[in-house]
Parts: sequence; structure tokens; C-alpha cells
Amino acid sequence: MSAVATTTQAEVARAVREVADPEIPVLTIDDLGLVRELDVDEDTGVVQVTITPTYSGCPAMEVIRRSVEEAIASRGYRAAVATRLSPAWTTDWMSARGREALRRFGIAPPGERAAGQASRPVPVGLSRRQVACPTCGSTATEELSRFGSTACKALRRCLECREPFEEFKPI
Amino acid sequence: MTEAGSGAATAAGASRHAGRVDPLVVLGLADDALVYAQRLGEWLTRAPEIEEDMALGNIGLDLLGQARGLLTRVGELDGTGRDEDALAFWRDEREFRNVQLVERPRGDFAHEMARLLWFSAHRLERLRQEQQSPDEVVAGVAGKAVKEVAYHRDHATQWVLRLGDGTEESRARMQQALVDVAPYLPELTEDDPVGAPVAREYVEAVLAEAGLGAPPEPRWHARGGRTGIHSEAMGFLLAEMQHLHRTHPGASW
Repeated sequence: MSAVATTTQAEVARAVREVADPEIPVLTIDDLGLVRELDVDEDTGVVQVTITPTYSGCPAMEVIRRSVEEAIASRGYRAAVATRLSPAWTTDWMSARGREALRRFGIAPPGERAAGQASRPVPVGLSRRQVACPTCGSTATEELSRFGSTACKALRRCLECREPFEEFKPI
Repeated sequence: MTEAGSGAATAAGASRHAGRVDPLVVLGLADDALVYAQRLGEWLTRAPEIEEDMALGNIGLDLLGQARGLLTRVGELDGTGRDEDALAFWRDEREFRNVQLVERPRGDFAHEMARLLWFSAHRLERLRQEQQSPDEVVAGVAGKAVKEVAYHRDHATQWVLRLGDGTEESRARMQQALVDVAPYLPELTEDDPVGAPVAREYVEAVLAEAGLGAPPEPRWHARGGRTGIHSEAMGFLLAEMQHLHRTHPGASW
């Protein structure tokens, strides 16, 4: 039992980390940096997972939670999924692999955090952050809208290749 | 933290958290977000451009998320064991603790930007303080929410600048919107004596940059939201928000 158990233990842990984001399926929850704790107890058959939610109202979080529970249950374990709010999630926790996957998917990965931290008391005009076009790599891009198809993304356009694209906002 | 020994008196419904906070104060923070999320949702398909549909919808969604976390906590703190749905859908008007600013009916776009600017400027300062709340759930929700609300405030700022510094029409409507929301600001100010001056300073800098004048002192003030006194608009808002859940109790999909 225990020899098999070791493989199974690693396997269920990997299955949890590889749960995909329902909105951006090229990203796993591990890429997003959502997994705080992951503990597989062979004796009780319980897998404890602690995840940090992204945006307060992100509908993907409930789907992610269910997917984690299914990934665990389908491998014969019992799931105990907990949520941890603090410290708050930041895009700084996104892995290098995740950032590259985003770029290949056509979404500019998050840069340095800037939201609400402008040096002037009143930031004037649209964001002047440098964001590279995921298609041609040019940094000559402009913001079209501060909110994209989901809370975590903004809409931009490349001034070189003219391709519109989404940016994962740094928070 | 220092009250560990004296906490016995409130031990009924004892929480596993060290600090004690007033559930009604948390409820105020939650209801502001819940009711404003409902109002912002009304903009879907009615904003001046599709990007704004998305923006206001997403801002509402952030606020709804904040409300859910806080309402859930209120049900634990007040010892009633009500969950977020019970609190959102089964309370009547007098039990809601939101400021009257957020229940005001949807006006034109300039009115929404005036409301969003003042609301987010004040909420941001409140949340910054709540990050140090002795209640770890409230502190945790606040820690996430400050990032979101800073972005909402920034969004409103961009529009107030554009409208104030835009055409004659946009400028006039932006100026009128500031007059219309002015009577609702004392409720926000009284709620947070520490953060309010900072919020006001921020908004006034935005108005100056936009070339908008400070509105004259209003002749009346809205009062009572935090004690459950609401305007006529609130009943209609609740009817729309609650009727489905009350018609089909316990339904889910």
C-alpha cells in the first residue's frame, strides 16, 4: 500500500496544481500562484488545499474550487478546500511559466504593480505603463479600456502591428 | 489583543478570532457595497459605450465580492448564523445599513461618475483602516478590496477629468452632478472622521484639475442610512434585488 501511496500522493498533488483557470485555460492555479498550502494525508485520505482568491468578485473562483474538489475526489481522496484572504493575492505571485503561457495565448502578462500608486496626487490621462504587444513585441501600445472581458484584464492596441489585445492587469 | 482576559462577557457566540468588532459597522461596509453593486449593474447595456458596460459591471462585481465576504462574516459575528443569502435577500429596508448615496436612482453618466468618485475615495480610506481590523476576516477582505477600490477611484477620476475638461455640455452635466450628490456626502464624512479629510482632499484635487468648481454648500443633508433610515428609492431597489429569491426560497442553479 505505502509504495503505491507515494506515487499516488505526488499524483494527486500534481492534479490539484494543474487545475486550469476556467477563463484563461492556459493558466493552472499553480501558475497563478493561488495555492498556499497543499497537504496529502495518506492515513486519512484527506487532501487539504488552501487557496487565495484573486479578485473579490471573480466568478472563476467558485469554478476553481469545484475543479479542485473534483480533481481530488476522482483520485479517491477526500477534499478539504479552504480559502485564505491574507496576504492578498498579487500578480507578483504568477510564475514565469504562467507569464510565458499568457503571452503565447495573446494576453500581455502583468508587469510591475502600479494601480492607484501614481506619484502625482491626481493621475491624469490613460495609463502610461509600458506594455509589450504579445504578438509583435513592440512596446508602442495604447490603452483602449481599463476593463476587459474579465475584472483582471484591460484592453489595449498595438500601434505597430495594429493588433488589439488584452493585458493582465498588475495588482 | 489586550482584552483576552476580559472577553468572557461576550463569550456567547465566541469567535476563534482574538479581536471584537461591531457587526453593525461591518454590515454598513457590506451594505454599501451590495447596494451600490446593484445600482451599477443597472448600467449594463445602457452605458455610453460597450467598454463602459464592462467597466461598471466589473466594478459592481468587485463590490459584490466584497459584500459577500463581509456579509458572511456579519452572520458569524452577530451570532444569528445567517449566511450571505439570508442577509442579502431576507432583510427588510430598515435593517439595511448603507449610506443613502448608493441607493440613489441611476442618473446620467456624469451623475454616476460623481457618485463613484466620492464613494470610492471614501471607501478606499475606510478600507485602508480596516486592514488593521482586529477581526482577521474583515482585515483580509479589506486587504484585497483596497487594490480594487483604488482602481475604481482611478476610473472615476479619468472620467471626471474628461467630462469636466470636455465639451460645454459634458462640463455642465458634470458640474450639475456634483451639486446633486453633495447632500449625500455628510453621511460618508460622519462615518469616517479619520479618512474623510483625505478623501475630500483627493476629490477636490481632481475637480481642480478638471476645471470644475466646488458645488455650493447644500441646503439639506441626507441622514440615517447607517441606522436603517432610507429614501423612497430603496424599497424599489430591494424589491428588484430580492423578489426572485423570495419567490423561490432556497432555489439554486
